[in-house]
Amino acid sequence: MADIQSSGQDSVYVKAAREAVITGIIAFGLFFLVIGFRTDQNINNELVLAQRWGLLAIFVAVAAIGRFIFAAFITPSREQAKLAKSKVPAAAKIDRRSLKATVSRFGLALLFTYPFVVILILALIQFAVTGQWSFQSGVQGSLKYVDNFGIQILIYVMLAWGLNIVVGLAGLLDLGYVAFYAVGAYSYALLSAHFGLSFWLLLPMAGIFAATWGIVLGFPVLRLRGDYLAIVTLAFGEIIRLVLINWTVVTKGTFGISGIAKATLFGIPFTPGPTGFAAMFGLPNSGVYYKIFLYYLILFLALLTAWVTIRLRRMPIGRAWEALREDEIACRSLGINTTTTKLTAFATGAMFGGFAGSFFAARQGFVSPESFVFLESAIILAIVVLGGMGSLIGIAIAAAVMIGGTELLRELEFLKLIFGNDFTPELYRMLLFGLAMIVVMVWKPRGFVGNREPSAFLHERKMISSEFTKEGHG
Amino acid sequence: MVSEVRNNPSAVLRVEHLSMKFGGLIAINDLNFEAKRGDITALIGPNGAGKTTVFNCITGFYKPTEGMLTMTRQNGEEYLLERMADFVITKKAKVARTFQNIRLFSGLTVLENLLVAQHNPLMLSSGYTILGLLGFPTYKKAAADAIEKARFWLQKINLIDRADDPAGDLPYGAQRRLEIARAMCTDPELLCLDEPAAGLNARESAELNQLLLSIRDETGTSIILIEHDMSVVMEISDHVVVLEYGTKISDGTPASVKNDPKVIAAYLGVEDEEVVELIEHAAATGADDITAAVDLLSTEAIQEITETHPEAPAAATAEAAAKPAGPAIKAGATANALAAPRGGTPDNLTLIKGIGPVNERRLNEHGIFHFDQIAAWKKADVIAAEAYLAFDGRIAREDWIGQAKKLAKESQGKPAAKKTGGAK
Repeated sequence: MADIQSSGQDSVYVKAAREAVITGIIAFGLFFLVIGFRTDQNINNELVLAQRWGLLAIFVAVAAIGRFIFAAFITPSREQAKLAKSKVPAAAKIDRRSLKATVSRFGLALLFTYPFVVILILALIQFAVTGQWSFQSGVQGSLKYVDNFGIQILIYVMLAWGLNIVVGLAGLLDLGYVAFYAVGAYSYALLSAHFGLSFWLLLPMAGIFAATWGIVLGFPVLRLRGDYLAIVTLAFGEIIRLVLINWTVVTKGTFGISGIAKATLFGIPFTPGPTGFAAMFGLPNSGVYYKIFLYYLILFLALLTAWVTIRLRRMPIGRAWEALREDEIACRSLGINTTTTKLTAFATGAMFGGFAGSFFAARQGFVSPESFVFLESAIILAIVVLGGMGSLIGIAIAAAVMIGGTELLRELEFLKLIFGNDFTPELYRMLLFGLAMIVVMVWKPRGFVGNREPSAFLHERKMISSEFTKEGHG
Repeated sequence: MVSEVRNNPSAVLRVEHLSMKFGGLIAINDLNFEAKRGDITALIGPNGAGKTTVFNCITGFYKPTEGMLTMTRQNGEEYLLERMADFVITKKAKVARTFQNIRLFSGLTVLENLLVAQHNPLMLSSGYTILGLLGFPTYKKAAADAIEKARFWLQKINLIDRADDPAGDLPYGAQRRLEIARAMCTDPELLCLDEPAAGLNARESAELNQLLLSIRDETGTSIILIEHDMSVVMEISDHVVVLEYGTKISDGTPASVKNDPKVIAAYLGVEDEEVVELIEHAAATGADDITAAVDLLSTEAIQEITETHPEAPAAATAEAAAKPAGPAIKAGATANALAAPRGGTPDNLTLIKGIGPVNERRLNEHGIFHFDQIAAWKKADVIAAEAYLAFDGRIAREDWIGQAKKLAKESQGKPAAKKTGGAK
């Protein structure tokens, strides 16, 4: 038995090596002309042929090694995992569920302490390097991590959770979600600039305006399904953007609106002066406090979205949304008014987009139509699809991976050592996006968390496999 | 018939002069029947007879072309279903339905399927979601009640153990039962079941019968069902309505319907050669005449059946025999109609392109026998002829008069024109 096992292992490596060689040859054939040569102009405007054998070797090596790792380790381990999974008794499954609950509780705790954890870690690193304890240096260094990672990811988490109501629960494919984000951002920017209203008043108003626009969009698309719905919502997103560009009297067109008022903590502004936050609490002046405040604000807004979504799923309206996704005709045969059901889905989703928009305006201090292009809608939708439609945790993970991964690319300076000095990793973020989507869709076609949690149960709460749930018909 | 329907207070649903046309296709043609309160009414007929269309009209998925559908609720309220949107019919008029191809929410659990059906009362008790979202106790109580109701129905359909499984995971027979339970959770007074026994085995079918009888007896819900399985129909229904080609051919108790020769003809069908003949008729005369051709064939079929089953009631036979009485000129004839063909032999009118045997018969009935008669038609005559031929503009389009003039000339030249049988 044992030697059969070992000979099997050997043959796996041999097979993997063979596959790696073949892959290397194919990669060489593919990249030989594309990467190996480069046409360039010299100073006399003559065409010269530059040879890049080193780069070509790197490409071929990456392909071959990748194939080897895949064939030798990943495929066998996946097969073993599949084998093991089929043997797992029911008790282990319950363990997994409690593990999941622990993970989500741990994740929540991490979210609440994230800024302080970052400060602490940075201070410890400083301590390890210089040998002197300085909490303040950690505070200063945390700015980037709280702002670029924390706030940025949470904005997308909130947007994706908002879109999840429309796409994941009600099954209505909305490609123009960024329009509601824009409505929220511009309502805050314009109303605070012209009337000097405070952030806390304008936050709910932005939500209400966006919800109104959600209903405005909802009416014409009530009868549309699938591709047609997607196209009309996409057009709606573009209309809002074009109006923002061209209605220069109000929106200042492509120049955007700058100098938007910051949010305050119960009337305490985050300004350097004597009435500011830092002075009042006896802290040294720093821009970090505002960022940390914004972090908790967006965390609160995102968790509000999650809480409302969880509550709504247990309400008749939430069940009607999911039933609508499963079968609209059956819904109508049960006396459910599908018109108002669809409109409430659009309005609720749009409202959270509006909240996120007004937060975005308060955080940036500047809005312009460039922030609300179609690509944003596509990214938000991609996060929802990757995370698993309807699953809050899956979507949060997807947002962290996609947005965090994009931000992380900026940090990967060492790649310049391999690919040359003019290599800018952040330009490859779309490549990363595409790769991640392909990988997830092959590995888990219904997203990270494809299983659906039932909204009510009689005996025990069983997860519903994704093979039974439908994506909706648009 | 109609007045009897209108005056009957025990009817839960009255269908009067219901017609449904899809373009040129007449799916239902002037249908009248009623379903009594507390009865199981079966709607049967061959495939394509328009049964599901009747259901779709009753439940508002189609708007009927003509007709009136009156639903009378237990409290005496009357609803005209043809004027209401589909979801309002379930909500206000309390008519629930199931579908021929099961339409469960396959990704929701069995329990959730039953909770979705209680959407409207739950929506009210949750204060249109707002009070429920804030955690008011009224909603909590209503939600618990809704689950209790679902539990009741799950016990009734024997699915209580599978309450937390996805509905799409259930076997076929269980899905059928669940769909009925889901419809019952909307508290209907009229339950429309579209082929509930389709795809069930004998045991499941017997269980279904028990379920339907208990629904009728315990909740007092009236049931209309479409069914092909005669064992179900004959065993549980109190009243049977038989449709064929969108018209009612029989209506009564299961026993009387079973022996109706028209029903037997519709179900046994006419013989194959006759079907071929029918298609030829149709091809020769244009699609408009298909109903006339069907009439002709079914009367023939009834004739045959009464010959072979002499014990069957003779009502239909009498009607069939009374039909072609003789060449008496009917009302609405054209100006130059004749009582009989000149010289005893009519011209072969089918030589005119567009006139088939059925139209020729109709023209003869109206006193048109010769080409020169058609050739002499004026505008008013054309209109009169179109009225009984049920054509619009076809006479002008196909230039019957021009053709007839030419043929009349020819036949004058050759007095004994050879009579060909076919249309072309």
